[in-house]
Amino acid sequence: MASNKKYWKSVEELKGSSVVETLSKNEFVDTISTDQFLGDKETLENSSTSRRDFLKYVGFTTAAASLAACEGPVRKSIPYVVKPNDVTPGVADWYATSMADGYDFANVLVKTREGRPIQIMPNKDANGTTSARVQAAVLSLYDEQLRLKEPTKGGEVISWSDADKEIGAKLNALKAANKSVVLLTGTMASPSTDKIISEFIVANPNAKHVVYDAISETGAADAMLAMYGKRVLPNYHLDKAKTIVSFGADFLGDFHGGFEKQFIAGRKPETGHMSYHVQFESNMSLTGANSDKRVVVKPSDQVFALINLYNSITGSNVPSKETSVDATVKAMATELKKSGSKGVVLTGLNDKNAQLVAFAINEALNSEIFDINNTLNIRQGNDAEVAQLVSDMKAGKVAGLISYNVDPIYSLSNSSDFSEGLKKLELSVALSTENNETVNASNFALPTPHFLESWGDTQFNEVTYGLMQPTIQPLFNTRQVQDTLLSWSGNATKYYDYLKAYATTSVLGESSWNTALHNGFYNKESIDTTSFESTVEINKVLKALFNATKASKFELNLYTKAGLGDGKQANNPWLQEFPDPITRASWDNYLTMSMADARELGFSNPVQDNGAIDGDYAKVSVNGKEVVVPVMVQPGQAIGSVGLALGFGKTFGLKEEMQVGVNAYSLYANGNNIQYNVSVEKISGTHQFACTQVQKTIAGRHDILKVASLKDYLHVAPKDHKNGWNVPAMVSYDHKEVEANTIDLWDEHNREVGHHFNLSIDLTSCTGCGACVVACHAENNVPVVGKKEVRVGRDMHWLRIDRYYSSEVETREEAKELGLSRGDTYRALETEAENPEVTFQPMMCQHCNHAPCETVCPVAATSHGRQGQNQMAYNRCVGTRYCANNCPYRVRRFNWFNYADNNEFDFNMNNDYGKMVLNPDVVVRSRGVMEKCSMCIQMTQATILKAKKEGRAVNTDEFETACSSACTTGAMVFGDVNNEKDQVAALAEDKRAYNVLDYLQTKPNVIYQVKVKNTNEA
Amino acid sequence: MRSVALHSKLTRVLLKSFSVILFFAFSLSSYSQDVDEARQKEGRKLFKSLCASCHKLDKKLVGPALAGVESRRENDWLKAWIKDNAEFQKVDSDAVEAAEFSPTAMTAFPQLSEKQVDDILYYTTVGDPKKKTEAVAGESVQKSDAPGWLIYILALAIIVAFLIIAGLLKTISELKGAPKSKGALASLGDVWEGYKQNTFLKVLTTIFLLLMGAYFTFGTLFKVGVDEGYSPLQPIAFSHKVHAGDNQIDCQYCHSSAKHSKTSGIPSVNVCMNCHKNISEVADDTKVEWDGITYGKPELDKEIAKIYEAAGWDADGLEYTGNTKPVKWIRVHNLPDFAYFNHSQHVTVGGLKCQKCHGPVEEMDEMRQYSPLTMGWCIDCHKETKVDLKGNEYYSKIHTELAKKYNVDKVTIAQLGGKECGKCHY
Repeated sequence: MASNKKYWKSVEELKGSSVVETLSKNEFVDTISTDQFLGDKETLENSSTSRRDFLKYVGFTTAAASLAACEGPVRKSIPYVVKPNDVTPGVADWYATSMADGYDFANVLVKTREGRPIQIMPNKDANGTTSARVQAAVLSLYDEQLRLKEPTKGGEVISWSDADKEIGAKLNALKAANKSVVLLTGTMASPSTDKIISEFIVANPNAKHVVYDAISETGAADAMLAMYGKRVLPNYHLDKAKTIVSFGADFLGDFHGGFEKQFIAGRKPETGHMSYHVQFESNMSLTGANSDKRVVVKPSDQVFALINLYNSITGSNVPSKETSVDATVKAMATELKKSGSKGVVLTGLNDKNAQLVAFAINEALNSEIFDINNTLNIRQGNDAEVAQLVSDMKAGKVAGLISYNVDPIYSLSNSSDFSEGLKKLELSVALSTENNETVNASNFALPTPHFLESWGDTQFNEVTYGLMQPTIQPLFNTRQVQDTLLSWSGNATKYYDYLKAYATTSVLGESSWNTALHNGFYNKESIDTTSFESTVEINKVLKALFNATKASKFELNLYTKAGLGDGKQANNPWLQEFPDPITRASWDNYLTMSMADARELGFSNPVQDNGAIDGDYAKVSVNGKEVVVPVMVQPGQAIGSVGLALGFGKTFGLKEEMQVGVNAYSLYANGNNIQYNVSVEKISGTHQFACTQVQKTIAGRHDILKVASLKDYLHVAPKDHKNGWNVPAMVSYDHKEVEANTIDLWDEHNREVGHHFNLSIDLTSCTGCGACVVACHAENNVPVVGKKEVRVGRDMHWLRIDRYYSSEVETREEAKELGLSRGDTYRALETEAENPEVTFQPMMCQHCNHAPCETVCPVAATSHGRQGQNQMAYNRCVGTRYCANNCPYRVRRFNWFNYADNNEFDFNMNNDYGKMVLNPDVVVRSRGVMEKCSMCIQMTQATILKAKKEGRAVNTDEFETACSSACTTGAMVFGDVNNEKDQVAALAEDKRAYNVLDYLQTKPNVIYQVKVKNTNEA
Repeated sequence: MRSVALHSKLTRVLLKSFSVILFFAFSLSSYSQDVDEARQKEGRKLFKSLCASCHKLDKKLVGPALAGVESRRENDWLKAWIKDNAEFQKVDSDAVEAAEFSPTAMTAFPQLSEKQVDDILYYTTVGDPKKKTEAVAGESVQKSDAPGWLIYILALAIIVAFLIIAGLLKTISELKGAPKSKGALASLGDVWEGYKQNTFLKVLTTIFLLLMGAYFTFGTLFKVGVDEGYSPLQPIAFSHKVHAGDNQIDCQYCHSSAKHSKTSGIPSVNVCMNCHKNISEVADDTKVEWDGITYGKPELDKEIAKIYEAAGWDADGLEYTGNTKPVKWIRVHNLPDFAYFNHSQHVTVGGLKCQKCHGPVEEMDEMRQYSPLTMGWCIDCHKETKVDLKGNEYYSKIHTELAKKYNVDKVTIAQLGGKECGKCHY
């Protein structure tokens, strides 16, 4: 039975730390801030202000403030001079467009109000998905701090025409002298831009195009080129898979752009079938956390395990090494062979040979999952060419460099070589949306618009042709890179006309341009399949791979986080405050280390009495490069491996608050995510983490999660008292055991009439990606509070994703019954903790029908709506915080400060550009009031009003919340349970449905669906 | 200035009457030529309906000014031009030249009879009929606008007078031999003595005073932030009375977002220009009360010029210059941020007249906040108003159920949930 499992949220909690236990009893981890305000006793006594003086001041200021308040401010209303036809003030317009910033690619819908984009949602018609970063990109548009505003030459503002003249003359001179010019861009995946670049090269035969991705996936692309003749990434249709074996491929994270939608589509327990997913990895990744079986194995052993798997499947006998996981590898080989063409092997090792081995296994399996026709174009970076470029620059063989939206000085491991080469150039032009070190070091800096201000087209995969259209007038004096290249090629056509002509003649065929632009995409009917004779000799590849892999005591696995990714949006406060799904730490990167290694080297994460955790610093040296980085002890980290996230440590031009973390790119030699020969040494100093991990324990109530195996789900009655997996809470009533929800202290609300909203969250489908968290930020004007405040547990996230670790051993109580001593129990628990199971649980206001918060509010500021929403009237709240104290789910957030227009919180709500992202339909809360999830009442009301205006009933599944529309996998389903056709009505009655803490009888309107795991039992 | 004050009243009256007589004489003399009023009236009517959108008598608009056009062109030429200028241009070189006046071709009017064209031309020659009352209209009637405090002073004076009379009457009767009474002041002294000894009365008075104090304090405090009657001075003397009242323009012609959006929308300048492109002057007798001053035609024409400035419209060249300057209106109705209000909910769904909340706007020269816009005011209406559900399918199911629940024919907005905090505060 699931409840036998021990669930825990942190290592300290598992150890039974008394601090954690004390903290778990407090709603707010810190005492009230008057302590800081009044200072210590001594200063207070020495102060010249007596109590009487204080009262006098208070009296005076109160009187002055009330007098001043009598006169309201004069507000101006300035209408358009000529109103655009499609803008109605107060009504949102949605535009379909595409995001392509070099690392994140998505077909999206953009919500605009009065001509400014305020939210990004997936374009579901185009099969689009969004991640936390895509959702947050709308705020990066308004990054007044970092965006380039005017063209400059050597730091001086210059006009576009002068810049064109000077650069044009220089380009012509270089052409005449036949000196090499390089155009360095990230992946653009834009067919029309590719054409413009090729025309530019025709006009300037001395020019060459090099694609550079900060996060490299060059291994897979090179492997594809060698084996299938196309330098692209393969596609994986995981929805059709039966067995998935992954060696460190974080395909729910950033591996090939992510496959979470397809993966979850193949894991719907109600169909009776779920794919069986085994993850061999060293870091605890999102993918590993969501796997059915997670095998902890250090990077070098992953390589050997991959070779061993190849041997087992093909029956060959290539030299390899024994690993500790060979038994599992053997079992998986059998499993894969059984699945045949429904099996697939992936590897995240950015190495051509390792990728070729995985391809070879897929070929041997004849896998349908592995697709080499509808391939992905989103990582075109070529590390070899980039390395060549850097050495050529250093040798003075390159005369000109035109870079577009790349920052090699920040993201190259040999960035000093690049900087040196840059100084030798005759011409360096940086076209960039944002300021960065490379822009700063170039002669010319030419601002380009953000993707939300741009025209464009995209081809992420071979089928979907996406279009990009501006959703706002350019904020600054920018010009698109395409326009610039066209004009430098001597072509006077505007890019818009060029794009339209290209799309209509080469792509759209009979379809109309306007329709495609409206939809934001056009699906090609057929894709080319070309056959290619591969010359790859797999045995040689395997040998080379085996010989190249030299295990070392410590191996470093570099990875990207769901929040910052490659670090392009490092100045985005939403993403900085976004807690990492696994460690729940925000505003930081750190070295993840296994518990055993941490004990050996003396690292720990002590919990402070204010609930924050600290860490020790480690000096990490790899091939002569060193970084100093704090250590986070990570359950599930492979012994002998450490993990470190890329994308942090950016400092140039960033706000001081955002200059956090350590730049790990310096260790990212040759774009290799695995680095061997790593030494880790403890050095002095204590690092303060801003981690929401320890604070939000749910007061020791451990019946929060329910997990069942697929076998149990299919064959055992959910409410079976002995083996059931969804047994409701029982209470004693009249000396009889009855189901808790049959008895009641309160009268029932009438829930039959009108709408009644429910939100269903499927724990099987939730991967913990966090797109919903950022969507909630954008929709509800949730403030950013900064690292210090998050550290003391004052984060304002209305929606958080709790991450629970669980161990398969019996609980501590049962261990006691078995007669284990406390020490033995701890050791038993800790061994399990070396590889815990992970469950994610999105947690927000549960909108209880019998809400404990409502009954304790002295001013009735929180009350129950008939539509099922627990309503919070901010203007009525006096800030007693009784409600938060009485909330068993810990979802109420208190405004300790004014977070808007406050220089202490210098984030987007403190500048005029950043404020443009605020949703005008939701109020910005002021200091001293409580706030929480409203179940997006502004959205439900808008849906109702729309129906009323059109004189019709609300359509099926028309109601949405920000989180449910942002959810990629469909884990969150929102709707009206009184409309029986709404999807949620059936989900509320599903046999998997349960309420968290149901024995408290709060009757929430948020329903969770029991997590089902495929344990692969017969 | 002093000399003016020295004028005796008689001289002023004499001077005034003299000037009036002079004026009459002058205007009568200028009116002495023989005008066929019927033809003038008919011509004016036709001109206003057919020609006025492009022509004025005294000023260039899309077409040329037409006053005295008969003296410039032959009558036959004009008739041929008016009836079908395009055809006429094929045969007449003068017509081709005339057509170059404006890039916009003039509409043909083949439907007009000879007589009608003659009437129009007659009107262009004689002009508008002169108003016979013009001479006296120069003096505007000063309305006696007694301020409120005057009434109190009057009342006080009456009371004082009454007391004096009463005192006098008493003295008279005493002089006549009536026994001398103790006098009101003395008896008041007795009452005061008694009051001092009576604790109950003291307590009663204290309670009364406290209650009164509380009543007035709360009354005052509750009015803080309630801006009923707020009427800020706008940058343009725009009169709702002239537009919505006199000219009967529908509210939603200008405030077109009201039926779609949460805001009613301040009209953009291009909406003004829909009409004001052709209306550069107000009618002669237009009067607007603006900030205590009566604006007449000269002032109001200047106000229209402000629109042209905002829109970047060159009133002489009749073209847009592109130099726009948005109008900075002062917002009259300010809801706090924490209250959500949606116009379309009330206008489109509820079918409310704008006047329900905004008052008789069509009578207001200067716009003012008519309703208190307090929460109590909102809620009161939500409690009383029955929902009109006819023809709106959204309500059909929920209404049947609610009507059954509350046992009523028609449910109020409050019964529908319009009283819940979260419906307006989020």
